[in-house]
Amino acid sequence: MKISSTLYSIQQGIKNIWRNKMFSLASIATMSACIFLFGLFYIIVNNFNGMVQDAEENVAITVFFNEGTSKKQIDEIGKKIKKRSEVAKCDYVSKEQAAKDFGKKMDIKQETNSKQDDKKDPKKATNQQNSVSVHNTKDQSQQKATEKKEELPKNSSEIISDALKDSAHYEVYLNDVSMQKSLVKYVKGLDGVRKVNHSKEIAKTLTAFNKLIGYISAGIIIILLGVAVFLISNTVTVGISVRREEIAIMRLIGATDFLIRAPFIVEGIIIGLVGAILPLILLYTLYGKIIDYIRVRFSVINNIVSFIPVGDVFRTLVPVAVLLGVGIGLFGSMITIRKHLRV
Amino acid sequence: MIKLENVSKEYVAGVPALSDISINIDEGEFVFVVGDSGSGKSTFIKLLLKELDPTTGTIWINDKPLNKIKRRQIPKLRRNIGVVFQDFRLLKDRNVYENVAFAQKVIGENNLHIRKKVSKMLSLVGLAAKYRSVPRQLSGGEQQRVAIARALVNEPKILLADEPTGNLDNNNAWEIMKLLEEINNRGTTVVVVTHNMEIVKVMNKRVITMKKGVIVSDSKQGDIENEN
Repeated sequence: MKISSTLYSIQQGIKNIWRNKMFSLASIATMSACIFLFGLFYIIVNNFNGMVQDAEENVAITVFFNEGTSKKQIDEIGKKIKKRSEVAKCDYVSKEQAAKDFGKKMDIKQETNSKQDDKKDPKKATNQQNSVSVHNTKDQSQQKATEKKEELPKNSSEIISDALKDSAHYEVYLNDVSMQKSLVKYVKGLDGVRKVNHSKEIAKTLTAFNKLIGYISAGIIIILLGVAVFLISNTVTVGISVRREEIAIMRLIGATDFLIRAPFIVEGIIIGLVGAILPLILLYTLYGKIIDYIRVRFSVINNIVSFIPVGDVFRTLVPVAVLLGVGIGLFGSMITIRKHLRV
Repeated sequence: MIKLENVSKEYVAGVPALSDISINIDEGEFVFVVGDSGSGKSTFIKLLLKELDPTTGTIWINDKPLNKIKRRQIPKLRRNIGVVFQDFRLLKDRNVYENVAFAQKVIGENNLHIRKKVSKMLSLVGLAAKYRSVPRQLSGGEQQRVAIARALVNEPKILLADEPTGNLDNNNAWEIMKLLEEINNRGTTVVVVTHNMEIVKVMNKRVITMKKGVIVSDSKQGDIENEN
């Protein structure tokens, strides 16, 4: 295609958009809404996946051994567990280490409770500040753990009782939290294993929630994509109707099929491109601001969730969204041309 | 230059628009095709432009059989055939220059070449001074001149004119016919479809008369003059 013909097609494509301003605006708006939602879900799903990954890394199953199990047997169990493909990491925790770790946890919990009480009762906070005590010895922490037993969740209290009996264990971390069930079944069947602690609920919830977000986002995006294609098709149809006379003349004076069709393809691509760029700018601006807002206003969340940096998200989102926009624009205009512009 | 051999065209099976037509038009000829409405004149033009394919028979343009031409080669064929219509078919939102230049743009000519060619064509049709006017500012005759300039700007070997004077008054009609004659004198083969018998008689050219899709007479140049 010659340069002059290319320029002509681009020029006519832009003119088409200008001639059908309202239709073009409606198409761009729908496309923008579609890409905006796509971007939004992409960001949510990505951040959520990041959080799930973090959670998966922290969701471990704990394997306790029968009383009197030898170190050799324990090592044997460890080897068998490590061989499993779903196992990311398998750490041995001795009885002493378990007790020490638990003591630390109790200290942190007590500090958090104290801070919460401070907020409720400033007087109490002042008194407590004057009598700060640090409990970091093994005996103290075990004692405190026993004292706090009633306040702790069921799982923790079980760990305490296990810790008091025979607390040496393996902490097994998974590649995929959905594989937890099969691993637990396997480990329970191993000789020398007394008990396997795991959280079915976390695994189930994380997997189910991840799937739910995926399905909802896919559903909404598919509907919006359909609407966007329909609107672009309508815009191009109107453009073809407006230029019907010109197209007839072009045919008679020897314009190629491609030259006749190209302006409408350009029109679709431009609508798709603008429809992708606008929401990307909006998402870029909003993402940074929303993260800043959450970090400032809900600082507690910072310890629980971590957001993916804006650069990481948009490195993938920008090309995907632009390709999606241009692709929909191209598809919308192509199907319309095939239907209404038989050259 | 143009040859039709036993050409028939049926839009509906069993109802022929053209029946077994055989015509031979040589290079540089000026031919009138006359006939009443429904005689098959427009079908004849559409077949030459390959807007339609004949049901039977073969058409040759510049010694090339049209039935052998592939779909993608049709634009090239049409660049060798200029065409003007009764309703001018100008782009109303573009001026005289742009309308003529449009034919050059769609074949991908560069702007410098377009400027030269369009100026030359507008001088030929006598509209060089009105290159900035839009169609609604021109008379019918002037609009038809623009259409002729557009048809000729790509230097086709054949010019087809479908009722070129149908929307014009007598004076303008004669001006257009004189212009077509001048174009023919420069070497272009001209085929004019018309039902204006007065013009046909005075011009004294070859006349092909059609009736209900059949050629009823094909009088050579001078025959009408001799009849008179």
